[in-house]
Amino acid sequence: MNFFYHTGRYFTLLYQVFSRPEKHRVYVRKLFREIESLGLNSIGIVVIISLFMGGIITLQVAYNLTNPLFPSYLIGLGNRDTLILEFSSTIMGLIMAGKIGSNITSEIGSMRVTEQIDSLQIMGVNPASYLILPKIVAVVFIFPFLFILSVFFGLIGGLIVGPAVGAVTAPDYINGIQYLFTPYYVTFSLIKTLFFGFLVASVPAYFGYYVKGGAFEVGAASTKAVVNTNILILVFDLILTQILFT
Amino acid sequence: MIVIESISKSFDDKKVLSNISAQFLKGQTNLIIGRSGSGKTVLLKSIVGLHEVDEGQVFYDDRDFTSMKPKERKKLRQEMGMLFQGGALFDSLTVEENVRFPLDMFADQTTEEKKKRVDFCLDRVNIEKANHLFPSEISGGMQKRVAIARAIALSPKYLFCDEPNSGLDPETALVIDELIHEITVDLNMTTIINTHDMNSVMEIGDKILFISGGEMGWEGTKHEILKTDNQKLNEFVFANKQYRQIRDARIENKD
Repeated sequence: MNFFYHTGRYFTLLYQVFSRPEKHRVYVRKLFREIESLGLNSIGIVVIISLFMGGIITLQVAYNLTNPLFPSYLIGLGNRDTLILEFSSTIMGLIMAGKIGSNITSEIGSMRVTEQIDSLQIMGVNPASYLILPKIVAVVFIFPFLFILSVFFGLIGGLIVGPAVGAVTAPDYINGIQYLFTPYYVTFSLIKTLFFGFLVASVPAYFGYYVKGGAFEVGAASTKAVVNTNILILVFDLILTQILFT
Repeated sequence: MIVIESISKSFDDKKVLSNISAQFLKGQTNLIIGRSGSGKTVLLKSIVGLHEVDEGQVFYDDRDFTSMKPKERKKLRQEMGMLFQGGALFDSLTVEENVRFPLDMFADQTTEEKKKRVDFCLDRVNIEKANHLFPSEISGGMQKRVAIARAIALSPKYLFCDEPNSGLDPETALVIDELIHEITVDLNMTTIINTHDMNSVMEIGDKILFISGGEMGWEGTKHEILKTDNQKLNEFVFANKQYRQIRDARIENKD
C-alpha cells in the first residue's frame, strides 16, 4: 500500500517538475549552477575512486588468472570490461546516489522545513519545477561524462598498479585494454547512466520535497533517499541489462 | 480587501478551524491573534492557499480564490507578498539576489531597472551595505527586513506576515511592526498579520481578529480590545502584566 502511495506521489511530483518553467533564463542560470555543484564538484571523488578501483580490479584479475595458459593481456581486458559494463556505470551510480542524492534531499528538505518552498509557492513560482528540474537535467547531462572519466581513470589505475606489482607488463596491459573491444558495451553503459542519473536526481528530490518536521526528519529522509535510490539503480541495472543484451 | 466566508479546516480527524468568517480591509494592518495552537497559522495558510480549506471561500477583491484553477491562482499569487516566521530567505542567494528573485521571475525589466527596484526596497526597510551578504551572515532582525523587502519587490496588493516578531528583541520587534504598518499605508495594501504579541496588537492593530480553539472568538480594534468583556480574549490579553495594570488603573479611575 505504502509502495503504491509513494509511487503515485512520485509521478505526481514529476508531472509538476516537467511543467512549463516560468522564465527560461532563470532556469538556465540555475542549471549551470547545478552542473557545477552536482557534477563538476563530483569529478574529484570519481577520479580517486576510479583510480583505486581500476588498480584493485587489475590485481584481482591478475591473482585469479594463475593458469599460465591464459595470456597476461587478459588482465587489461578484464579490467576494461568490468569498468565499462558495471563499475563505472552501476557502482559509480551507487556512489553518486550517496554523494549527490543525499545532497539533493538535504538541500530540498531543509528548504521545505524552513518554509522556503512555501515562499516560492506564494510568489507564484512552481517550486517543484524550479528546484528539481535543473537538478535532474544537470545530473542526467553530467553522468555520461563522469562515466567516461571513470573508465579512463580506472584504466589508468590498472596501468599504474598492474606493472608496479609485477602482475602484468605495461605493453601487455595496454594490448589487453584494446583487445576484442566491443563498442556496444560503451553504448549500453551510457544508456544506463542516463537512467541512473535520472534516478539519482529525482528520487532524493522526492524524499526531500515531501519531508515534514525538522532537522531529524531531513536526516532520516536523506538516508531513505539513498537506500531507495540504490535499490532502484540495481533493479534498473537488472532490467536494462536484460533488455539491452537480448 | 480580503473576505473569508465560513472557513473550516481539519487535519485527519482533528478540526483546526471551524466556520470562520471575516473581512480584512485595504490600507490597514489586520491582525489575527490567539494563543499558540489556536489555529492562526493554519488560517493564514488557508487564506493564501498553502492549505486547501475543507469548507468555505476566500475572496480577493471579489475574486473567489478557492474555486480558481491552478494557473489563475499562480497569477493572483503575483499580487501577494508573504513574510514567514523564520524569514524563509533563500540560503543560497545573497540579500540582493533574494530581493531580486521575484523580479527575475515575473518582471519584464532591464537589469538596471531591477537593480534600482532592489535598492529601493532594501532602502525602504533600512538595509544598507548588506547586498552581497548571505542570509546566514545577517541578524534575525535584518533577515526579517530583507524578507519584507522581497515581499514588496513586486508591489503586492496583499501582504501576509506570520509571526513577524518571533525571535526578535522588543526594540527590533517594534521596528518591524512600524515598518509593516508604514508600508501597508504607503502602498495601500491589505495586510494580514498573525501574532500573539500584545505589543504589536496595541501598536499596529487597525483591525483585530481573535481566534480561540479554531473558532472565531472576537473581532474589533485595538481601542476596543482592552474594554471587551469576552472572557477568553481577556485571559489572552491580560496574561501580560503590563495590560493588567492598565486595566486595573482604569477600574480604579472609574471607582
